[in-house]
Amino acid sequence: MNNEYRPYTLIAELTYRCPLHCLYCSNPSDLAEHGNEIDADTWIQVFREAEELGVVQLNLTGGEPLLRDDLELLIEGARKFDLYTNLITSGIPLTSERLSRLRALGLDSVQISIQSTRRSVSDRLAGMPSFSRKLDVMRWATSLGLPLTLNIVLHRENISEIEEVIALAERVSADRLELANTQYLGWALKNRDALLPARQQIEQARTVAAEANARLRGQMEVLFVTPDYYTDRPKSCMEGWGRRFIVVNPEGLALPCHLAHTIPGLQFEHVTQRRLSDIWRHSTGFNKFRGEAWLSDPCRTCERRALDFGGCRCQAFHLMGDAGMPDPACSLAPGHHVIESARTHAGRTVGIPVLFEHRAGRGHSSR
Amino acid sequence: MIFVTIRPRLSPKVRLRFDRRTGHYLLLYPETGLELNGTATAIARLCTGEWTIDEMVDHLTRSYVDASPGEIRRAVREFLGVLADRGLLQGVT
Repeated sequence: MNNEYRPYTLIAELTYRCPLHCLYCSNPSDLAEHGNEIDADTWIQVFREAEELGVVQLNLTGGEPLLRDDLELLIEGARKFDLYTNLITSGIPLTSERLSRLRALGLDSVQISIQSTRRSVSDRLAGMPSFSRKLDVMRWATSLGLPLTLNIVLHRENISEIEEVIALAERVSADRLELANTQYLGWALKNRDALLPARQQIEQARTVAAEANARLRGQMEVLFVTPDYYTDRPKSCMEGWGRRFIVVNPEGLALPCHLAHTIPGLQFEHVTQRRLSDIWRHSTGFNKFRGEAWLSDPCRTCERRALDFGGCRCQAFHLMGDAGMPDPACSLAPGHHVIESARTHAGRTVGIPVLFEHRAGRGHSSR
Repeated sequence: MIFVTIRPRLSPKVRLRFDRRTGHYLLLYPETGLELNGTATAIARLCTGEWTIDEMVDHLTRSYVDASPGEIRRAVREFLGVLADRGLLQGVT
């Protein structure tokens, strides 16, 4: 297989467990049905096989990866394969001693997410007191010389805080700031009416972010991800299906994206049952939406097909009922009215409180 | 406007890694990276905090006999600009 299909990044979802209960969590909303977590030896074998396939970046995520007691072993293992290891975390639960240990074992960078710059809002959105500790963790990271990315998932309730978020990122000397709009899948899709900002909110935020990015160039990268509900063109989801990323979920299922297994009828395989390189090259699930043969109209002849690969397959399935259809985020797609009506609804209801459906209980641990 | 210090040094957050798949070097940093061509790799290797830009140009001119000092100087400035814009050089003011 040529470089067109070469994974550069392995997204290792170490656990679905998480102390937080964010209502925009994009983890599968049927958490309770998930089974056992794969062990450290299996993960290290996955790192080895991923590196052989071309992977150079490793994102340790979850759920909350800090809940794995063997995170130390995993980071040490990843270092042996010269992977650049990023820890994607809420910062809960962590001590400065543990972070220092992880750093010494080979951790390269840390990404910490906040829910809001306001303690009370952040704690409420996260479902527990956590904001103060996150600030501590940011300080520990930078004092250890770990590059720090500050991440906030934006939605209707916190998007107006964008200037405060930038100020906070500067105060904690973040290297990168990810202003990531909610992806409306999983729990976030259930709560879409409560979360989707109005167009005007998006445009204001984008302007502020662009100004900050120019002002802070060379010091901090400010990345604003416009929600695809407002772009009129689909995102290049995962930079193409089975093209640049491999996700391995807590149970060891290898996937092109972390929600690919929510699409019925696709076959994915476990790293415990087949070599990762065979899964990457030969599994029907990874091959399903590669190339152009599967594209339908109008993507099939669209000049942008090499840029966006027809958009997000999960979004096509969850909004249109067919993963093979064009992503309805595209204004040329037959299903675009679904996006338009969500936008119209958002424009009409800004300022009206809406009830949220919370991710229930504690995420399930291995049983 | 970004000015590069006299003796550029790669930020500790980057890692230069050989990519045996392509034979090129990758400059990795949080969650992404740059694929370097031969010239960029040679320049990156000199970003140790010990070489001035003029010394880099002199050194590279001797290694790349088919490029003029002017071309090399442009390549060095351009690539250092790329690195500085991404916050990958230390001591940038």
